[in-house]
Amino acid sequence: MSNLQVSVYRYNPETDSAPYMQEFQVDTQGRDLMVLNVLTMIKDQDSSLAFRRSCREGVCGSDGMNMNGTNGLACITPLSDVAKNNKLVLRPLPGLPVMRDLVVDMGLFYKQYERMQPYLQNDTTAPAIERLQSPEERDKLDGLYECILCACCSTSCPSFWWNPDKFVGPAGLLQAYRFLADSRDNATQSRLAELEDPFSLFRCRGIMNCVAVCPKGLNPTRAIGKIREMLLSNAT
Amino acid sequence: MVTNITNLGRSGLSDWLIQRVSAVVLALYALFVVVYLLFHPNLDYATWSGLFAQTWMRIFSLLAFISMAAHAWVGLWTVSTDYLKHTGVRFGFQAIVILAIFVFLVWGVQVLWGA
Repeated sequence: MSNLQVSVYRYNPETDSAPYMQEFQVDTQGRDLMVLNVLTMIKDQDSSLAFRRSCREGVCGSDGMNMNGTNGLACITPLSDVAKNNKLVLRPLPGLPVMRDLVVDMGLFYKQYERMQPYLQNDTTAPAIERLQSPEERDKLDGLYECILCACCSTSCPSFWWNPDKFVGPAGLLQAYRFLADSRDNATQSRLAELEDPFSLFRCRGIMNCVAVCPKGLNPTRAIGKIREMLLSNAT
Repeated sequence: MVTNITNLGRSGLSDWLIQRVSAVVLALYALFVVVYLLFHPNLDYATWSGLFAQTWMRIFSLLAFISMAAHAWVGLWTVSTDYLKHTGVRFGFQAIVILAIFVFLVWGVQVLWGA
């Protein structure tokens, strides 16, 4: 018998006037469960608990949440990584509006992502076969394309908390660089022009929370630095 | 696209560059003053005044003052846009900061070249 004490953020805008923390006891039987397993066990106790989940193996990015103060994916975070003294505190991703319990409104996050036009743009005539890349050109996309848009990085970024409407955030900027670095994309100038103001990219203060929490081990701060270099070498 | 009217360089890129270049100037100036003080343990008024009577020191000092002014404008502008969400309060704060920077800069020029 090994009891885990879990404190979960609860808020139902239809019935609650304010959010509150609800305590649950979960018997893990000594196993090192993933946090998502614990949440499903809590859901058995109280079916009104709302959270997002889908693939349960760190691919879909649905169950990003704040576990004992650190953002991550519940499905690939073992209790041994986050629980302290058999206690676990689960909160929604910080900085985004809460729709219910652990479910947040990702609208602003997607809006910033959309603003980066995350698709290949090339106004030259399409060749009969696909646009080819050398292995070296393809290598430049490693560490960029793997992002699953779970929002763990952007919602751990203080610059995104203060200006989510103007600062693109680490996730969007990583994708901006993914297309700036792509040899097949030739919208470089318009992409850079979109990022030159004091907020969209330059509100990054190099705090690097994004690097610390990324469940895929990506480095948005480095991508932001690369875009800055491109802006600088493009300027007079 | 974000419209900017109160930041120093009118662009994030130029603000970023101004912030870094002015930081280097300020670091060099601070380093110079500290080293100078270390090499003159019994500094008297005549030596100190003689240092600032030389043209190169006045130019170096004015460069540091201007760097300080630019650095403070960019830095405090950033702080105000992070934390002051009410437009009127933010503009008021920015006006006070810019006014103070202007006063200190003119005062600094007067100290260097006046008397």
